[in-house]
Amino acid sequence: MASRRDFLKAAATGALALGAQSKLGLAAAADQQAGKSKVVIARDPALHGPDARLDAKRAADLLDRAITAYTDRNHPVEAWKQIVPKAKVIGLKVNGVGNKGVSTHLELVLALCERLQQAGVRAGDILVWDRSNEALESAGFTINTDPSRIRCYGNDTAGFEEQPTIQGSVKVNLTKILTRECDLVINMPILKDHDLVGCTFSLKNMYGAIERPAELHANNCDPALADLCSIPVVRQKVRFTVGDAISSVYEKGPVFHPEYLWHPNALIVGADAVAVDHTAAQMLARKRAEVGLPPVEAVGRPARYLATAADQAHRLGVNDPRRINLVEV
Amino acid sequence: MRICSNLKWAVVVLVIVAAVASTGCKKKAANPFPASGAISGWEKTSETRIFAASKLSDYIDGDAEQYISAGVVSTSTSDYKFEGQLEATVDVHTMKDPDGARKILETGVTSDAKKIAMGDECVQYAQSIAFRKGNSLVRIVAYQSTPDTPQALLALAHGVEAKL
Repeated sequence: MASRRDFLKAAATGALALGAQSKLGLAAAADQQAGKSKVVIARDPALHGPDARLDAKRAADLLDRAITAYTDRNHPVEAWKQIVPKAKVIGLKVNGVGNKGVSTHLELVLALCERLQQAGVRAGDILVWDRSNEALESAGFTINTDPSRIRCYGNDTAGFEEQPTIQGSVKVNLTKILTRECDLVINMPILKDHDLVGCTFSLKNMYGAIERPAELHANNCDPALADLCSIPVVRQKVRFTVGDAISSVYEKGPVFHPEYLWHPNALIVGADAVAVDHTAAQMLARKRAEVGLPPVEAVGRPARYLATAADQAHRLGVNDPRRINLVEV
Repeated sequence: MRICSNLKWAVVVLVIVAAVASTGCKKKAANPFPASGAISGWEKTSETRIFAASKLSDYIDGDAEQYISAGVVSTSTSDYKFEGQLEATVDVHTMKDPDGARKILETGVTSDAKKIAMGDECVQYAQSIAFRKGNSLVRIVAYQSTPDTPQALLALAHGVEAKL
């Protein structure tokens, strides 16, 4: 059984993504750690049944497998207790840009909500959120602001900070869901090809935390994306990724194009968002090569934000595979 | 004095008639979305939402740029359901000119696309259909794949095309 200390070591360079003020105690910076960032890919080829529908029970089992492998715990509830602090509001940042076709799966979110409650989080302290109510509803979520139940709403319900935050190249108005309502955010992106940045996953999902994200699209979102994720409140609160790679589009993303639909049937989890994104981008690159599509770099949309996020100025995590401890279960 | 007054009234009447005539001459903006039941089996399940080009990223963030560079004026969208099960979304992009619609449609065409005789150009896949007609570019996407999906999408597309 791994100790809390072991878990913290395993998270290693994810320390930066968790932030220096993290309750998890990951104050050690990446350059102070000799260890690697741990990323887990959990797969289940039978995740979709014969009717092509996602099997909710298998999705929950897959989540359990991913999180126990990540934490080296035997029981998922114990694993979640290790990750989330008690008596705090936990945000689950999903992604509904792809409507019902390719958005964070409701079944996965419900499974995580269940485990969090079993780990001692009150239902009303769980807040599922995205950029807008419309995005959530189009992805199959039901809007709820009743504080006695699991809440679910978009930035349009909570509003944005009136004072912009400036960080590097970006000047943004952050959602109050992030700044005021959540104490910790579990990032739940969905893996997709992206028309501007090649691959969208964990870091890019934070575009859903600001007003007018389209203003940060220039130059393949670089360095805007890394700058955005370097804002202290983002660093400190967005601490863990449960990445949905159950379904994906390998071309023409981020919107849903069913002709490019693909089922990796996987979850990618980790505390180092850059390492998670690097792993996801590799998965996407392999699929594109398999079907004969050119690499995203060759079609003018490289995921250059990964290198920027890992550089000395941002230090959000690592994108060097030699420094990623990739565990596949 | 009386002549002057009559002249004033004549001018006012003329202005009103001209205004009414001018309004009447304008082509009424088409509503391309078939109502529930207008196409056999299809039910319109949402209100039509309209996004101006400047707000398109609210709807298709990350994908709006290619439409804007091709000259999109506005995008209208509505959800549908076929026989209570198959869900679909209809997007109607109104472009500045037919060339913009052609540019977007051709960019997305792959070798497995099935050419259909509809509008100025139409392609169909297992779960989607897209066509252009004049300044309009229409894309219909289904969220489930069933044996009935292609035929159902084709029928809905014909219904939209007839209203453009």
